[in-house]
Amino acid sequence: MNTSQNQTAFAAPHVLPLKIYLGVGALLLILTGVTVGVSFVPLGGFNVVVALLIASVKALLVALIFMHLLWDHKILLIFFVTAIVILTIFIALTMFDTMERGLVNPETRSPIQQDAIIYQNQQQPANTNGTGGH
Amino acid sequence: MSEIAATNHPTHLQHHFSEMAQQNDSAKLGMWIFLLTEILTFGGLFVAYAVYRAWNPDMFLMAHKALDVQMGALNTVVLILSSVTMALGIRAIQLDNPKQSVRFLVITIGFAVMFLVVKYFEYAHKFHVGQLPGKFYTYTGIEGTNPHIFFSIYFMMTGLHALHILIGIGLLSWVIRKTRQNIFSSQYYAPVENVGLFWHLVDMIWIFLFPLFYLIG
Amino acid sequence: MSVNKESFLPEPNFLTSPKGLKSWLLTLDHKRIGLMYLFAIMFFFMIGGIFAVLIRLELLQIGETIMSADTYNRMFTLHGAIMIFLFIIPAIPAAMGNIMLPIMLGAKDVAFPRLNLASWYIYIGGSLFAIYSMAHGAVDTGWTFYTPYSTSTNGAVISMTLGVFIIGFSSILTGLNFIVTIHKLRLPGMTWFKMPLFIWGLYATAIIQVLATPVLAITLILLILERTLGIGIFDPAMGGDPVLFQHFFWFYSHPAVYIMILPGMGIISEMVAVFSHKRIFGYKAIAFSSLGIAFLSFLVWGHHMFTSGQSEYAAMIFSFLTFMVGIPSGIKTFNWLATLFRGSITFEAPMLYVFAFLFLFTIGGLTGIFLGALPVDIHLHDTYFVVAHFHYVMMGGTVMAFLGGIHYWWPKIWGRMYSEAWARVAWVLIFVGFNMTFFTQFLLGTKGMPRRYFDYLPQFEGMHGFSSVGSLVLGAGFIVMAFYLIHAIFKGRLAGDNPWGALTLEWQTSSPPPPENFLKDPVFTHGPYDYDTVDVQRTV
Repeated sequence: MNTSQNQTAFAAPHVLPLKIYLGVGALLLILTGVTVGVSFVPLGGFNVVVALLIASVKALLVALIFMHLLWDHKILLIFFVTAIVILTIFIALTMFDTMERGLVNPETRSPIQQDAIIYQNQQQPANTNGTGGH
Repeated sequence: MSEIAATNHPTHLQHHFSEMAQQNDSAKLGMWIFLLTEILTFGGLFVAYAVYRAWNPDMFLMAHKALDVQMGALNTVVLILSSVTMALGIRAIQLDNPKQSVRFLVITIGFAVMFLVVKYFEYAHKFHVGQLPGKFYTYTGIEGTNPHIFFSIYFMMTGLHALHILIGIGLLSWVIRKTRQNIFSSQYYAPVENVGLFWHLVDMIWIFLFPLFYLIG
Repeated sequence: MSVNKESFLPEPNFLTSPKGLKSWLLTLDHKRIGLMYLFAIMFFFMIGGIFAVLIRLELLQIGETIMSADTYNRMFTLHGAIMIFLFIIPAIPAAMGNIMLPIMLGAKDVAFPRLNLASWYIYIGGSLFAIYSMAHGAVDTGWTFYTPYSTSTNGAVISMTLGVFIIGFSSILTGLNFIVTIHKLRLPGMTWFKMPLFIWGLYATAIIQVLATPVLAITLILLILERTLGIGIFDPAMGGDPVLFQHFFWFYSHPAVYIMILPGMGIISEMVAVFSHKRIFGYKAIAFSSLGIAFLSFLVWGHHMFTSGQSEYAAMIFSFLTFMVGIPSGIKTFNWLATLFRGSITFEAPMLYVFAFLFLFTIGGLTGIFLGALPVDIHLHDTYFVVAHFHYVMMGGTVMAFLGGIHYWWPKIWGRMYSEAWARVAWVLIFVGFNMTFFTQFLLGTKGMPRRYFDYLPQFEGMHGFSSVGSLVLGAGFIVMAFYLIHAIFKGRLAGDNPWGALTLEWQTSSPPPPENFLKDPVFTHGPYDYDTVDVQRTV
């Protein structure tokens, strides 16, 4: 495991060649350009899918190469993936509630207050918010 | 082995570790676990984002037009470049070149400051026109339900991110000072590496924030 | 080394070297930091306990007895918040775990000693905020801080939530420290499946601490921003959704109850083997069920929200997932029972708490299954049934394991033995008092008595009175315990290195241990439960 038998106290650090860093950096810049470009193409609901897909690829490049996850001890990768999985559970189960509400009892469909009360105030001549910035 | 350790680097090895490799691995593992907490902290805000965007897709589409794609893209490029220079800074210290390492780290700070300057102009504009979070929202030019929630989430996520940039600048300055004092070498550079990990994570979060706020199709 | 003839503790030991208040406040020794945690949490346990007794005294009779309704609301909020955030979450990991984990691994210290000390100061800093909040109007929201009430009430919500927010960081740092320590500082030869099961419990706990606590942090920040800036995320008047707050809150707070129980289960696993003098049954099953519970804990938070107006389909999913938690918990319980089977059991105080745990936790766990069942919960939600269930798992489970651990390791920490006879007296008082207090509340709950109410209908008076009397018996048990445990520190007879005849590494060093845990480097020769191959004797 961690303390290998024939450890040398001075294990030479694992150095990546320069061109890998520069290459990955260039790739990240290209992907940024692609995601900006695609966002102006109307794809309906797929815009967000494509955007998140590209962002995930970029994030993965950063994690695996820049953050060395590809070469480090696998436990780091396992922890990283675990955090992503837990976060996914958080998002998925919360949205399973918020998107599926009110199917049996329609009056519980959310949000409870569709329009914020602050806008009702704003329509009155005397602005009670004291903001008056418009 | 032990006499080498005793002659070369006794100062960096803490008493409860038996060798440098163990100490370095521990430092890196500890940093990664800290990064997990960062992921989950931002994660909470991503949940809020997902829930409200799913509830109000039209409002999000309208509201995002108030953001400047060019500035967002510029900041994305700046952060990616800073990540590259950060990685190169670590590589330099791995190759026992502290001078070069300092140079790269200073450039990284330069990019970080540039990011904050751009962010400042974006924020200033929104403050000016009243595109503010929650009850301070006074702008009237955006149609759709409750656009103030979009700006609540926008300011919280980018604000928390900007706070991390600031912390990153502090950490980088500290590491630069230590590198100048020739404390780090190819045998002991865990602090540089860990600051690098932090910096890459901040970059990674921006990689998601950028399309989610600026590029709603 | 047998029991010292003279009544002096072995030297050097971590209690006396080095001497001086400063050497304690700036110490990097995990044992001293753990002890400082122990003192702090025992202080808050006492405060929270006094609040509990005051609540019960108020409920002794119908109508106002000793406090007004407003005071009562603050009282149960403080009882809950203090017991949860200041006592039970740090109790086992930060206090017992800190003292024992590195020794049990054969390490000199945790991986990051300075971070460890920092986490204690962060805890103290957070608790100061909580105390400030108590002094400035306190909080009447319940420990759950539900919106929109928490964003509109006049209490000192911000300082209390800031306190909890800060304490969360100390919990994260402890968890981080433990994970790295377990990964990197095990004694050579101690593979993952040769670790004591307490360590497995702490490991699973640490994972939850690290992954769930940040969500609490962001939740509380959102709550504070909602109160100060009106961001509108949780406020229905602003188009926000208060149920979303419950999602955020329980995504942390449900895993948090496993932060509370998992290390307790670990202590039980240690003690059940030691006092049965027998190899633990189903080692791997117990170890993996800890990880299983840790993972499942992230999937079930919605069962706190069955009546909140969340999606009915989500409620069904959450109900189903909740039942699954019963599987790893059941695996553990049956393995402990199987360990007892044909063991040479002795009934010292720690073992008495094991039996209390097994009895009470089983009741608490099974009533948890009732509450996880969607239709049953609609009836029982927010009644005393929930209060009773929660206290059966948390007090009947975690606190019993914690008390067992205190008795089990007290001779190791101080080098001296407490009075076994008085320990039994206290145990009887606590066990009887606990059941009087809380079993009654199951009945109250099924009859429809809502929780957190200041007053009640005449038909509940008998049971409420009985429950209140029970709480006094329970309190008496703790007072007895405090006396004999403190007495033992100064006047107890010397305990010797290994009074219980245990095989884990902490019993191979002196009692109390020397500053770096072992005078000469320990060697891993046998597993933690090899009673069938290693000859070890009790010395009590």
